[in-house]
Amino acid sequence: MFSGSVVPVSWYLVLSAILFSIGVAAFLIKRNIITVFMSIELMLNAVNLAFIVFAHRWHQVGGQIFVLFVMVVAAAEAAVGLAIIIAVFRARNTLNVDQVDLMKL
Amino acid sequence: MYLALFLIFGGLCVAGALNLLFQRHPINSALSLIVVMSSLAVLYLLLGAEFLAAAQVIVYSGAIMVLFTFVIMLLNAGREERTHGSKAAYAVGIPGAAALLGALVYIFLSNGSLLGPTLLGASWVVPTVFSATLFHDLLLPFEVTSVLLLVAILGAVALARKEH
Repeated sequence: MFSGSVVPVSWYLVLSAILFSIGVAAFLIKRNIITVFMSIELMLNAVNLAFIVFAHRWHQVGGQIFVLFVMVVAAAEAAVGLAIIIAVFRARNTLNVDQVDLMKL
Repeated sequence: MYLALFLIFGGLCVAGALNLLFQRHPINSALSLIVVMSSLAVLYLLLGAEFLAAAQVIVYSGAIMVLFTFVIMLLNAGREERTHGSKAAYAVGIPGAAALLGALVYIFLSNGSLLGPTLLGASWVVPTVFSATLFHDLLLPFEVTSVLLLVAILGAVALARKEH
């Protein structure tokens, strides 16, 4: 099974879990609003890897289609989210999430 | 060969993600995230998802990360400072993420024989199948995403505009 031309599916899933957990840790620990947003992108990428591994393993096209839609939604989310970050920075003059704790500007 | 490629690029992914976690300056985090996304594109190629590997490089490590670095430079974001909130986040975040990782790894490895192996070059999802599904069976969701992107562009312009 470990001859060098075969990688178990579970190894890919473990890699995906490692990336997702690092994303969760960065989301909780980081204080810069842009880095928090980047850790969300890291979590999305980790989930995409799991989707593609399952699509490969069970010969289903659905997993890859789902990844494409995740990419589209992530692109839309990044555009709107970064615009919100720019608006918050204009109003508060800070990027620290501890000082951005009110909904109103 | 396949195993070596998986270990090299999987290791690069983990190293880049850890670098994102430990760097204090957002621009360093953004550049290490580009490393993670590009290495993931190679893993997608190994899994026979050629189209998604190209889309990963173009959309994620191209468009989205350029947007991130552009905003970091525009806002002149400096090093993040430690606050009271970050101490509480360390106390909760590290054990929480470690527990999540432990649970997931335990589940995946204990079911490893059930999940089976992946073979290099044994791809059944060729681009023709992918595009036939996307542009024929899922045409309506595909068109709806274009409306979503249009709304997102308008929203981004409206939000980031200077008010007079």
